[in-house]
Amino acid sequence: MPTTSIKEAIVTFGILVMQLFNGLSLFTILLLMALGLAIVFGLMGVINMAHGEIMAMGAYTTYLTASFFERHLPGLMDVYLFVAILLAFCVTFAFGYLLERGFIRWFYHRPLDTLLATWGLSLILQQTYRSVFGAQEVSVPLTAWLSGAWEPTESIQLPLNRIFIVALTILVTLGVWYILHKTRWGLRARAVTQNRAMSSAVGIDTNRVDALIFALGSGLAGIAGSVFTMVGSTNPGTGQLYIVDSFIVVVFGGVASLLGTAASSFLIAQMQTTLEYLMSGSMAKVAILLLVITVLYFRPNGLFASKVRT
Amino acid sequence: MNLSAKQGEKFAHAGLALLLLGLLPLALGPYWLNLVGKYLAFSFVAVGIVLAWGYCGILSLGQGVFFGFGGYAMAMFLKLEASAPELPDFMVWSSVEQLPFWWEPYSSFGVTLASIFLVPIPVAFIFAYAIFRKRVSGVYFAIVTIALSMTLVVLNIGQQGETGGANGITDFSTLLGFDIIDDAGKKAIYWVEVALLLTATTLAALLLHSRFGKLLIAVRDREDRVRFSGFDTAMIKAFIFTVSAVLSSVGGAMFALQAGLVTPSLIGAVTSVELVIYAAVGGRLSVVGAVVGALLVGFTKSYLSEHYPETWLFFLGGMFIFVVWVLPNGLADLFRKILRVKT
Repeated sequence: MPTTSIKEAIVTFGILVMQLFNGLSLFTILLLMALGLAIVFGLMGVINMAHGEIMAMGAYTTYLTASFFERHLPGLMDVYLFVAILLAFCVTFAFGYLLERGFIRWFYHRPLDTLLATWGLSLILQQTYRSVFGAQEVSVPLTAWLSGAWEPTESIQLPLNRIFIVALTILVTLGVWYILHKTRWGLRARAVTQNRAMSSAVGIDTNRVDALIFALGSGLAGIAGSVFTMVGSTNPGTGQLYIVDSFIVVVFGGVASLLGTAASSFLIAQMQTTLEYLMSGSMAKVAILLLVITVLYFRPNGLFASKVRT
Repeated sequence: MNLSAKQGEKFAHAGLALLLLGLLPLALGPYWLNLVGKYLAFSFVAVGIVLAWGYCGILSLGQGVFFGFGGYAMAMFLKLEASAPELPDFMVWSSVEQLPFWWEPYSSFGVTLASIFLVPIPVAFIFAYAIFRKRVSGVYFAIVTIALSMTLVVLNIGQQGETGGANGITDFSTLLGFDIIDDAGKKAIYWVEVALLLTATTLAALLLHSRFGKLLIAVRDREDRVRFSGFDTAMIKAFIFTVSAVLSSVGGAMFALQAGLVTPSLIGAVTSVELVIYAAVGGRLSVVGAVVGALLVGFTKSYLSEHYPETWLFFLGGMFIFVVWVLPNGLADLFRKILRVKT
């Protein structure tokens, strides 16, 4: 009968929209993580394996803020989220700054060693979380105005908290774009990325740029952690789940542009959720990795790299 | 003592042989010797990492893939022997009714042995040559390999009925009818393992001293110059990567025999990166150092996770940082300095 098939089509369409939307929340986390990684890697050639743990640091900061508000300022629970996001950014920004000044900067000439040293750091951070917060998952209460869903049609339900994180991510990404492309500081950062020696020669304090970029990258991971608490529970291993995926995003998109990172995290997140819907989760991961390796084979500098470098 | 580099190296190799063939078997009881056997299984991988990373600059964070392959190949054979003529128990639990076709070859010991040595060759070579030919290297290669090993773990756990899932493959006790659980059996395996390992270290040292060894160092330090001189550097890198893959696979097979089980975590990223630190602690430029590093870190791991489980990760993480920061060439370098070996 025609009416049933139309109904079916509407339901299928609804599933499709919700599927795309599910992909979006993975997209936001991957994008925030990968943005930080990409600007750090693009500028300094440094692989920060502890980036996932910095994200977890943001998540735990959010959790602590939520607990604090619950206990001492229950009347303000509606706005704790904004405080938490800001705090998560500040804490991880400061941590990133100290990390770069005290640690990373000694290894700039040895990228592979940096990878190992930051892996060591990530183990230490993980164990610290486990000792402080316990091995079990912690989660934050969902703010009242973010629970519920927006239902544009009968078969489509879009959870409000996910709409919120998508909006937040777009805002943050635009902010990063603005900082990098419209401010004097961003100009310096881009100059150092393109030619470190020449930038130094014209009087840019490259050490300062390095430290601030690293701090900014860490701060973005902190926001990613904050966002993560709204869609999942945090445990000491949370960071590890996302670190490799974020690297794949960076490698896939190429480190050249913000747009490349954004496009690549969108593609990978959508593929991941769609393939998971069609086949088992493990097969989805395998399929994506094979695809990324194939793409790398034909475009070694990433899908969106504009120029060939050696 | 003032030793030349060559003399120093000979001393190191002789010392290792003495340690593994004489001191440890005499001094340690069966329990400890079995532990040594387990760590020695990892040291195969560490030797491979010295060749690929220390001398050729290829950091693979996916050595666990090949280690796991060797381990699973051996374990599949042992499991089939243990459960013959029935299906392995975990398949029955997952109601798999027929032996998966890729298990079939592993009912023969000869094929199993051959596959442990031979299968990694085409797999590693084709993968590495394709990637190196495109001049993907350094950290990109590290990321691709770590992603590969993580993905294979997910795949392995997902296919519970055919791979044993998260529990891995366990419960086997005989190899071709010989008991491998009792002390005599364990000791026999230990001798085989040490013989293989000493062969591997000797061959590795010979390889490094050959003309090809110099070429490896040249590729590590100035790859483009070697390329401009007319060498196919991708071929050189793929070759040494393949060697390290075969070593890992053999190590994995020995691990399955020594430990009596294989689990997906052996393939995983954590194991793969830990293996790199084994080599780094011993000394990324020393074949003997890699073996000693694997033994030392292995023992520390067992001791700490038994007595102070909370501190193990702190210690391991600290070691990564310490080795990279303070002792980039590992313990071998420290020894060289103490013994005043000229480099």
